[in-house]
Amino acid sequence: MPTEFTPLASLGGGILIGFAAVLLMANFGRVMGATGILAGVLMPNHSGDRGWRASLLAGMISAPTLYWLISGQTVAVQVPVSTTAMIVGGLIVGVGVTFGGGCTSGHGVCGIARLSPRSLVATVVFMIAAVVTVYITRHVVGGAI
Amino acid sequence: MRFLITYVIGLIFGMGIIFGGMANPAKVLNFFDIAGTWDPSLAFVMGGALGVTALGYRFVLRRPAPRLDDVFHLPTLMRVDGTLIAGSAAFGVGWGLAGFCPGGALPAIGTLDSNVLIFTCAMIIGIIAAKLIQSRSKVGVTV
Repeated sequence: MPTEFTPLASLGGGILIGFAAVLLMANFGRVMGATGILAGVLMPNHSGDRGWRASLLAGMISAPTLYWLISGQTVAVQVPVSTTAMIVGGLIVGVGVTFGGGCTSGHGVCGIARLSPRSLVATVVFMIAAVVTVYITRHVVGGAI
Repeated sequence: MRFLITYVIGLIFGMGIIFGGMANPAKVLNFFDIAGTWDPSLAFVMGGALGVTALGYRFVLRRPAPRLDDVFHLPTLMRVDGTLIAGSAAFGVGWGLAGFCPGGALPAIGTLDSNVLIFTCAMIIGIIAAKLIQSRSKVGVTV
């Protein structure tokens, strides 16, 4: 399924993500990592940790509604893979980001912005793993997944 | 008031994810499909986010403390170890299978799309399972 190349919209989206990360650090001194935010809502280390993460998560979930109010369009969620791939992928992502200590936002954006060696390594590793996985599922196995 | 600010920050992040195309697995998977229907858009998301964050952090982290907290809560672990690499590799495999990363899926929950909900439930089960294993063996930390 080909998708349209959208450099301007994607750059704009990236800039918004960056603003969110800077605002969270400037106000609360926290890393804008989706993994840490979700894990902190599910299983907080301290009782005071849950509230700010839950409200941040609520803001994220409200975004498609705001997008619809502004543009009159629904958010495109096109899924070219099977439900099995969604379930297996979701489980592996959950386990991977927990042991890896973060995901695209925590390591790939906030960590690299601080020049953290752990985040640089993590980002290179998960990017390569994703490219290899897509190569195998689309060009070796041949789209059977 | 604090929760209103974090709510707005989450909203900005979510809008960035949507405009960037990261809530759409077809677009994300095409970014990884260099040998096929390659769509380089996501490099612009990463570039924009990283540029703004790196620049903003330079000013913010120079201050003695954040505006509404006593200290900056920065990860202190510096060592690159096997757990970090194995976990990140697994995350990449899962991302390549489903096309969602956590930051892409969480705002997409608001679409109530069944695939997003299935992915998110599976991811939550994975996180809780890994946390339980971690709490027994004390390996790995989450930023």
